Amino acid sequence: MTVSRPLHLAAEIGGRPQYDAGYYTGLALLAERGTLDFITLDDSFARPGPDAPAVLARVAPDTGRIGLVPAVTTTHTEPFHVSSAVATLDWVSRGRAGWSPAVSETAAEAALFGRRDAAPRADLWHEAGEVADVAARLWDSWDDDAEIRDVATGRFIDRDRLHYTDFTGRTFSVRGPAIVPRPPQGHPVTVVDGTGAAAREAAVRHADVVLVRADDPLTARTFREEIRNRAAAHGRSPDQLRVLVSLPVELHTGADAVGLARLIADWYEQDAADGFHLLPADVERDLPLIVDGTVPVLQHHCLLRRFYPGATLREHLGLARPAGRYAQNPGGRP
Amino acid sequence: MHLAAHFPGVNSTTVWTDPRSRSQIEFSSFEHLARTAERGRFDFFFLAEGLRLREHRGRIHDLDVVGRPESITLLNALAAVTDRLGLAATVNATFNEPYELARRLATLDHLSAGRAAWNVVTSSDAFTGENFRRGGYLDRADRYTRAAEFVATARELWDSWSPDGNPRPFAHRGRHFDIAGEFTVPRSPQGHPVVIQAGDSDEGREFAASSADVIFTRHGTLDAGRAFYADTKRRLAKYGREPSELKIMPGVSYVLGDTAADAEERAAVIREQQVSPQNAILALEQIWGRDLSSYDPDGPLPEIDPDPGSDVAQGRVRVADPAAVAAKWRALSQQKGLSIRQTVIETTARQSFIGTPDAVAAELHEFVRTDAADGFILVPHLTPGGLDDFVGRVVPLLQERGVFRTEYTGPTLRSHLGLAEPVWKG
Ligand SMILES: Cc1cc2nc3c(=O)[nH]c(=O)nc-3n(C[C@H](O)[C@H](O)[C@H](O)COP(=O)(O)O)c2cc1C
Repeated sequence: MTVSRPLHLAAEIGGRPQYDAGYYTGLALLAERGTLDFITLDDSFARPGPDAPAVLARVAPDTGRIGLVPAVTTTHTEPFHVSSAVATLDWVSRGRAGWSPAVSETAAEAALFGRRDAAPRADLWHEAGEVADVAARLWDSWDDDAEIRDVATGRFIDRDRLHYTDFTGRTFSVRGPAIVPRPPQGHPVTVVDGTGAAAREAAVRHADVVLVRADDPLTARTFREEIRNRAAAHGRSPDQLRVLVSLPVELHTGADAVGLARLIADWYEQDAADGFHLLPADVERDLPLIVDGTVPVLQHHCLLRRFYPGATLREHLGLARPAGRYAQNPGGRP
Repeated sequence: MHLAAHFPGVNSTTVWTDPRSRSQIEFSSFEHLARTAERGRFDFFFLAEGLRLREHRGRIHDLDVVGRPESITLLNALAAVTDRLGLAATVNATFNEPYELARRLATLDHLSAGRAAWNVVTSSDAFTGENFRRGGYLDRADRYTRAAEFVATARELWDSWSPDGNPRPFAHRGRHFDIAGEFTVPRSPQGHPVVIQAGDSDEGREFAASSADVIFTRHGTLDAGRAFYADTKRRLAKYGREPSELKIMPGVSYVLGDTAADAEERAAVIREQQVSPQNAILALEQIWGRDLSSYDPDGPLPEIDPDPGSDVAQGRVRVADPAAVAAKWRALSQQKGLSIRQTVIETTARQSFIGTPDAVAAELHEFVRTDAADGFILVPHLTPGGLDDFVGRVVPLLQERGVFRTEYTGPTLRSHLGLAEPVWKG
């Protein structure tokens, strides 16, 4: 049985820092067995842990369907490199990449780079929004069919289907075009934690998935409506946006897992969100209980699908593949 | 002998018009080449980098293969489908910051269980800089001082955790970097990822002698190789290093045939594919610095002289003395009666090793035996199958000669290269 409005489920797999690839691959395969839409991996320059995009790239070939969403700092990094790395994650995962733009607020993080001082959160999120904007422009800077391999004229690419981005923001500028051809999803999925006011503005402008934290379904529902309205005010279709509640979970028994399923079903039926982003207190303990306890109950009640109907993260989320903004005849292509 | 595989990406070596040529961007292509290299027991897999699409006469260059993934992300994925093969990323020292890059490289070293390498390149031009925060302001003279300080700083970060897993704060105050704090990644399996240098100037060689584990060179002939080898190895002593601590690996291409004549014939076909009529005019324009689109590629070289002030080609290494190159090309063309295209083929597209598998194996061995190289970075002309015949036909002969391993003896890239793990300087 299909559900009219599918429930989306995702989980964070970070926690105690680990540096062994097998650890992360195991968690990703487990989440995939539970047909979760995606896993997130948090990251920061300020605390121990490996580079999150690298970890999820390492995981990609060993998995087949699960979406891969690393946190990526936008404050001390180069927007051009960020855009290339996320596009590459999409290539190596064959269309399963997302990214979660993050900011570095502290003086301690600034000192690791020595390039600029710490800045107010609002400024950093403004910049993060600009990074998301330029990343998307760079992903579009190659039309999908820019590579022509035309033996008769000797041209490998059609240079008219490559575009300069010429982006100038407050703190950086990027000429373009990208080095990486347009990724399989067109745009990898942008996931923003929109709980804070500064981040929410970037989220309503640029995110495909907005995460919110809320203590009750009514608050979550209000958040969701606000986010959809504000996105619409920016000329975006609210139906091309998913709002997921980030839910801290701590499970010790199978009964806890069933309890979580009831809570999810209850919130979901109250239109609190399009789905849930679970934040396990102890991922090694909680994720198996989610996959083997919570997920089957949700499936039993026909709230959650039993298999992946598509291949890409956008397909899991029911989000359209965007047409390139510079493409000359977007109507002429699928 | 050490062997590495260069993914034949963005350059005119790659023959994309061949019907066997596949995607230069799909993961399956990289997987194919990496698995082939590992089957051949190669030391490492190598990815080049470019940070701005090349332009010719103000427009994006459209004749060669263009478009590639970001190296470190891709190599992490390749770590999942290989076990022993070293994974080398070319990453520019001018358009990156030590903390972030040291962290990404240490992560790759952990996730690959000790197989990471960094090829430090130094281009610093304003053209590339237009894609980056720092722009193009770095002076040419400063690029190696920044690169050297960058590598030294990265090593301080890699050494900031003790081998038994305790982090300690670091502080680096230098001319290019003034940074402090705590590194977030423990000491990685190799201690320090392997450092490769590519670049040929005096400053480049000095930097390699002081800091690198491997040099990637363009000196693919016996005489040039020996001269380069002697020069760089001589420089090591002043840094207290032994000749064996720096491996010299020229980037070379090859063509195999069942007979010598067969190989030569194939090589000629490949050269023609590499230098299409359009590519011939473009190569000429790069030397002449002028629009030569009205010239017939099958006709004679232009009578006019090169424009000394022009820079028609952006994002490429510039030709130092265009007038001298033009004079040389003219002389060659007159002497042999060559057309524009034939002249370009003759001067630019020569394959390094051409012959039967036996002859190529013998020649490679000769290079290593006579100190022209410690090994090779093979640049095949086909993606992704360009290494299949080398691994199938030449590697077994090198193994029979006893000059190349039949099995990996250790787990890490340092162990393949016979390089010691760096002593921890906490
Ligand atoms: C064999 C070889 C390979 C190179 N590969 C790259 C590359 O992939 N990306 C890049 O930006 N520069 C590359 N370079 C350029 C060098 O990093 C350097 O910028 C250039 O050689 C000028 O330095 P030099 O004056 O010391 O020769 C390469 C150079 C050599 C010799």
